[in-house]
Amino acid sequence: MSIPLLQIAGISKSFGGLRAVHKVSLSVPPGSLTALIGPNGAGKTTLFALMSGFIRPDAGQVLLDGQDITGQAPDRNAVLGLTRTFQIVQPFAAQTVRENIAVGAHLHLPQRAAALHYADGIARQVGLEAQLDKLASDLTVAGRKRVEMARALATRPRLLLLDEVLAGLNPQEIAEMIPVVQGVANSGVTVLMIEHVMQAVMSLAQHVWVLAQGQLIAEGNPHAVTSNPAVVEAYLGHGTAERLRKAAAQAASQGASA
Amino acid sequence: MKDLRAIAVFVVLVGLIPFFTNSGVTLNFVMTALYACLLSQAWNVLGGFGGQFSFGHALFFGTGAYAQAIAQMQWGVNPWLALPLAMAFSAAVGGFVGAASFRYGLKGSYFALVTLACAEVFRIVAVTVPFTGAGVGLMLPLQESAANMQFGSRAGFVWLMLGLVTLALLVTSWLKHSRFGAYLQAVRDNEDAARAVGVNPLRVKLAATVISAALMGAGGAFYVQVFQYIDPGIAFGAHTSVEALVGAIVGGLGTLWGPVLGAICLHILADLTRNLFGALPGINMVIYGCVLIFIVMLLPRGIAGLGRYNPLRRKAAAATTTGEPRA
Repeated sequence: MSIPLLQIAGISKSFGGLRAVHKVSLSVPPGSLTALIGPNGAGKTTLFALMSGFIRPDAGQVLLDGQDITGQAPDRNAVLGLTRTFQIVQPFAAQTVRENIAVGAHLHLPQRAAALHYADGIARQVGLEAQLDKLASDLTVAGRKRVEMARALATRPRLLLLDEVLAGLNPQEIAEMIPVVQGVANSGVTVLMIEHVMQAVMSLAQHVWVLAQGQLIAEGNPHAVTSNPAVVEAYLGHGTAERLRKAAAQAASQGASA
Repeated sequence: MKDLRAIAVFVVLVGLIPFFTNSGVTLNFVMTALYACLLSQAWNVLGGFGGQFSFGHALFFGTGAYAQAIAQMQWGVNPWLALPLAMAFSAAVGGFVGAASFRYGLKGSYFALVTLACAEVFRIVAVTVPFTGAGVGLMLPLQESAANMQFGSRAGFVWLMLGLVTLALLVTSWLKHSRFGAYLQAVRDNEDAARAVGVNPLRVKLAATVISAALMGAGGAFYVQVFQYIDPGIAFGAHTSVEALVGAIVGGLGTLWGPVLGAICLHILADLTRNLFGALPGINMVIYGCVLIFIVMLLPRGIAGLGRYNPLRRKAAAATTTGEPRA
């Protein structure tokens, strides 16, 4: 068994009296496409910020490819091959799509022309080639989500943390985006995504972690996790799993008696 | 490259002016206009490309001016050598102020206030300590010769200033076409996003402050050479800070020609009003204030941004964007 690309061990972070993330441990195998799910406010985005270095943890460790990167600045992590996107898109609004992506490409390409040229290829990969010369601020939400991803991809990451790239998209846009994410994973980039859109999680992720109130409550393959009573309760409220089971049993017995 | 060609044309056109006129008034106008350009260009590096609005760029101007005067009068340095030295001193002060503010995450109005306060601190220090001549200031001895950077005619100063403006234009053009410039604009537009893709915002902003300060210091050194006098009020007063930032904002932030356009327009305006309103002191500051309000309200991209409202270009842009993003 190869060493995990990303391993976090017992990581915790509190904001005042709020335990946003509490003793979370997980490891992401290289080459995998995995997902982190959980109800709103579970601490998913905080966990991403802890992994990528935007927030320093109170306790615990982050290891990238066996190297301790706990609390290391995000720009240093990007050099090591770990980068992230933002749930609330953060484009360089005054710049064109090509310029946005080129900023990422500059990590490995000092020459301006080379970075701009490299941006073209990345744009093609995420389906942005028609928008290359538009200002990032002129794009739709879906377009901006692609810019987020393209800019991160241009840094040639080993591990890409995608924070809700599908949030705010309509069903058609989601359907178009899923293959893009799949394509990124197929190109050899390890992807860990936060996602609310279960359709995407079910079709994309090989392994899922469920975070609720700052703690991991379940993990496994997507189908096992979604039928886990603890997960159902975390999403739908205490006692829901029991009620659902009863309702299902009732429906089944009525069906049998009819 | 297109920018380099435009810069070359500009340099040749302005550089030829002294061959066509001996009029002291005209050459003086050209020289002071170029001087205003340099200040605005210097401010534009940090304020326009870096998005860090300094209200105290006089800090670097004054440092350069005093360094230029002191190097000659007290250390016996030739003015041509004193000029790079003055720029280096300003850059060092820029590095210090930048490190102190950005290290602790000061942004926006806080950064503006810190620079304003630093300029004021330097002014007060310059009034008190002896080596700046205290409140009396320093008077550069008159020794007219090109080797001494004291030209007999205004033409020499025009060319010297043109050289400095060209340097600033080349630096700005480099910002537009380099990785450093891309990083600087990325940090301006969104610091977190920049960090996520490997940009160290502290380093980038610090470097921009140093460059901006060095150019501003050149402006200060030039001032001393032309007027042969500097005192704490001229060196570190708010007037220079305002002149630098208004020119850049009016002309167009983060553009190559914006600060040049803005500074020249304001300079013409100030000259006109001075002729119209006679000796009302400080009338140009009143005008600056009004123009600034007008520009910020109506032309947030400055004069250089006017080109973007070209209706033909708008139509062309609309034509290419009829298909919604396929996202």
